[in-house]
Amino acid sequence: MAIGLTHYLVLGAILFSLGLYSVLTRRNAIAILMGVELILNGANINYVAFSHFSTGGLDGQIYAIFVIMLAAAEAAIGLAIVLAIFQIFHTIDVGAVETLKE
Amino acid sequence: MDHPVQTDFLRWIVLLPLIGAAVNGVLGAVLQKRMGKWAISLLACAPVLISFLLSLQAFLNLLALRPENRFLIDRLYPWLSLGSLKVDVAFWVDPLSAVMILVVTGIGGLIHIYSTGYMHEDKSYWRYFAFLNLFTFAMLVLVTGDSLLLMFVGWEGVGLCSYALIGFWYHDHVNTRAGNKAFIVNRVGDFGFVLGIFLIFWSLDKQGHGTMTFREIQQFASLLEGQQVWGIGVVTLATLFLFVGATGKSAQIPLHVWLPDAMQGPTPVSALIHAATMVTAGVYMVARLHFLYSAAPETLLVVAGVGIATALFSATVALTQTDIKRVLAYSTVSQLGYMFLGAGVGAYGAAIFHLMTHAFFKACLFLGSGSVIHAMSGEQDMRKMGGLRQKLPYTFWTFAIAVLAIAGTPLTAGFFSKDEILWQAFSSAHGSPLFWVLGVAGAGMTAFYMFRQFFLVFFGQCRADHHTQEHLHESPSSMTLPLVLLAIGSIAAGWIGLPAVFGGSRFAEWLEPVFGAHHEAHASATLEEILMAASVGVAALGFYLAYLMYYKGKLAPERFSSLAGGLFYRLFHNKYYIDEIYQVVFVGGTLLLARIGAWIDRYIIDFIVDGSAKTTAFISWFNGLFDNHVVDWLVNKIADTTFEAGDRFRKVQTGNINGYLYVILGAVLIAMIIKLRYWS
Repeated sequence: MAIGLTHYLVLGAILFSLGLYSVLTRRNAIAILMGVELILNGANINYVAFSHFSTGGLDGQIYAIFVIMLAAAEAAIGLAIVLAIFQIFHTIDVGAVETLKE
Repeated sequence: MDHPVQTDFLRWIVLLPLIGAAVNGVLGAVLQKRMGKWAISLLACAPVLISFLLSLQAFLNLLALRPENRFLIDRLYPWLSLGSLKVDVAFWVDPLSAVMILVVTGIGGLIHIYSTGYMHEDKSYWRYFAFLNLFTFAMLVLVTGDSLLLMFVGWEGVGLCSYALIGFWYHDHVNTRAGNKAFIVNRVGDFGFVLGIFLIFWSLDKQGHGTMTFREIQQFASLLEGQQVWGIGVVTLATLFLFVGATGKSAQIPLHVWLPDAMQGPTPVSALIHAATMVTAGVYMVARLHFLYSAAPETLLVVAGVGIATALFSATVALTQTDIKRVLAYSTVSQLGYMFLGAGVGAYGAAIFHLMTHAFFKACLFLGSGSVIHAMSGEQDMRKMGGLRQKLPYTFWTFAIAVLAIAGTPLTAGFFSKDEILWQAFSSAHGSPLFWVLGVAGAGMTAFYMFRQFFLVFFGQCRADHHTQEHLHESPSSMTLPLVLLAIGSIAAGWIGLPAVFGGSRFAEWLEPVFGAHHEAHASATLEEILMAASVGVAALGFYLAYLMYYKGKLAPERFSSLAGGLFYRLFHNKYYIDEIYQVVFVGGTLLLARIGAWIDRYIIDFIVDGSAKTTAFISWFNGLFDNHVVDWLVNKIADTTFEAGDRFRKVQTGNINGYLYVILGAVLIAMIIKLRYWS
């Protein structure tokens, strides 16, 4: 059985769903960030797959590289925020961080 | 008059008194305190005397020229250049103004010297001389200015100084009132004068020759003929307007009322300004513009009529006055009337001749009366004088000569000049026998009231109180010397104008280049002699009556004053009630107008102003109401609504990040469902 577009899209969807599940259910801030990484990579697979099976060019791959770069930046800022939260609240449980609530 | 001779010393005649006035006016108070009054006297008298010498020089210069070229001019600088109006500050001297500057600086100089004695006790010595010098300057501008505009500058200048000097002792309210009266009455005349100037310039400008200088006006005078304004000839109207100015300045009916009141000033001021010089400015102006007046026979008739009416009117008033200076004041008005009579019959030379001789004997009379008042410790009522002959010998003799002169005694100056006027009034083309009869009647009254004054003051028993009698003294030599010189002038000044009967007038010959050749009357010399004898006879009658009444006491004055139930006496004594009539009609009228104005102001203007203010206030109040209750309500409501909405929505922000994510997920899903279901 030749591996076609559908397989890639299913893989991308599984990664996205796992990531979304992790973001929605975990209370640990770092776990949420990891879930975000999974979502972004699910999207990356879709980019590359669509690019390969439609025009055969490198457009999708270039977008994927941009997204990876963006994810790195996001992770850096996100971890910095988590560190700051930890220093102030001595926990990284997002449920405890609710001083912005009215 | 084609090639006027340019000179540059005429300006100093005019400017020296101005310098004197400026120095005394600015530094006078300090000088008087530091150096004493002699410094002020020197600063005041020297410029006028030097001006007199320069005037003599100008006179000699003129004499050296051929009669038709006798004309000096000194251009200082161009003053105005507005469109076609070009006026230079330029002074000119022709035979006519030469006479005037000699009179102004000569007699003016003597009066300055006299004043150093008369005003010696006054605190404001410097202020007096500053104004006297300023007056001399203004008078010289008036007579030497080569254009109507410059003449007007002098005209106003002398009016200002007159006002300031009448009210010189301003601590007394009566004096300031007299000054105001003189100034305000003169404004009426000046109004006419200005209109006359405008009319002449405007009419000439229409012909393309707009000018203000006398020579050019004379040159283009023919252009004015035939022009009309309001159906009246321009020349007639302009000369009448100018004559209104002359009646104001020279105290003719109906604007004569200020001159008797002007006697409130110091006596030398009365002599200089209100007898010898300023009041003759009107006569000079008429003579200066003789070419216009001669072209307007109607105006000449008005001038002569006003002149003779004034002469008679004020002579009758002078008959009954008891104040030594008021008699002289009315006498001045009367003599000015004679001058206008002369000018009005076209005998400008005779008018100017009388102007000159009158300046001598009237200045002498005023200064003499000043000497008397000085001696009597300020008393001016003739009923309290008498017998001053021995105590004041210089004053007595000089006064006697001047009285003889004004009464028209043969061989004195007054005789020749007055007779010349009367003769011209009779014989000239514009004259009539009626003028002569009235003039001679006035001359008789003049003789009467002058001798009445003379006898009352100098003869009989002294009627002053004991204290005043003890202080009687002759005035210092600074006062008697001018008296003596003026008395000599009162005799000798007449000899330059001998009538035709006695060999012809040098004076008329001198003025001939100005007034044109003298048309010798068609009447015979015998007639002139008869008329002369008649006028002397009437004057002698006046003298005799005064002699009987006030010297011999054989004839009671009451016999005349009670005629017609005292009606005439009361009329004369109260100056025909003219002051009272003016008080009611003009002053009262002005006050009534003011009251009407005040009423309109208070009840109409104020009502409108208050009404608009109240309307504005009401509109503002209404506006405020709208602001407070509508606009503010709306604004508050918006704010409240926003606040309430915010208060409700803040509960959404729980701080639970998972919660937010669920919301995002749900929203994305809904958006996708909508997109797929409804748009694709």
